[in-house]
Amino acid sequence: MQKDEIKQVILDCEVEAGDFSVGGEASSKLKSLLHKLGIPAQTIRKIAIATYELEINIIIHTYGGSLKAEVTPSEIRVIASDKGPGIADLEKAFQPGYSTASQKAREMGFGAGMGLCNIKRYSDELNVETEVGKGTEIEARISLRESGDSNE
Amino acid sequence: MKIKELVERLNLEVVVEGDLEVEVTGGYASDLLSNVMARSSAGNLWLTIQGHQNIVAIAQLIELAGILVTENFSIDDDTIKKAKELEINILRSKLDTYELSGKLYQLGIE
Ligand SMILES: Nc1ncnc2c1ncn2[C@@H]1O[C@H](COP(=O)(O)OP(=O)(O)OP(=O)(O)O)[C@@H](O)[C@H]1O
Ligand SMILES: [Mg+2]
Repeated sequence: MQKDEIKQVILDCEVEAGDFSVGGEASSKLKSLLHKLGIPAQTIRKIAIATYELEINIIIHTYGGSLKAEVTPSEIRVIASDKGPGIADLEKAFQPGYSTASQKAREMGFGAGMGLCNIKRYSDELNVETEVGKGTEIEARISLRESGDSNE
Repeated sequence: MKIKELVERLNLEVVVEGDLEVEVTGGYASDLLSNVMARSSAGNLWLTIQGHQNIVAIAQLIELAGILVTENFSIDDDTIKKAKELEINILRSKLDTYELSGKLYQLGIE
């Protein structure tokens, strides 16, 4: 079966830079869509966490971007792409505790340096493409099969 | 234990009443948002001093039982508005996070 041919885009949202207060809006929208699709609660939770972290990262670390979600019969893909600045040292960025968040963001409780770790932990597959000066695209894939729930 | 009962026992201010009948499965205390995302479970009561809108988004996304703002920290009007829309419980106390955690533990919320 060419299962991946059946692909449905269920979310395609602009995410603006700098506006902390609307953080979570796209994730929230996706969550209710997934609920309507009858996805199991445990899977929705994983997707919600990964999507929120991706969304907030666009808001606090980039010049803006977009968040997209696709469903296939076997998985959900959340794709965050932004217009830069790109990530110079990916290995560092994925280290727990590493953060370049501004003082203002930190006062609001962002900047624990845990976001990318959370995304990695809650997704079954993660693909990152980044280029300094150009932008970053992160794709988190979460399986819809039963066994995909064993991360915790 | 239901949130309603905690409100009575600990004399908490109900800032936004979402659904006070909800059962509290445990607690988590942190002011770092990504920690809360990573470490708390659905049905937990979250203790924090943060009062901005993102706390509501988080509570909704990971299905927390409610948010308990400690030390009487201020809560933004936008936060209250959003919590009402999404029916998220927001409680507040003048006690600090440490004291409240102890009291919650004594009541069997672990
Ligand atoms: N889309 C992005 N574009 C550019 N840099 C990014 C992007 N996402 C993450 N980074 C960089 O990677 C670092 C680590 O990101 P991560 O999400 O793990 O932590 P954080 O956002 O700093 O804090 P937290 O997510 O815990 O609130 C960030 O501080 C930032 O320097
Ligand atoms: Mg982050």
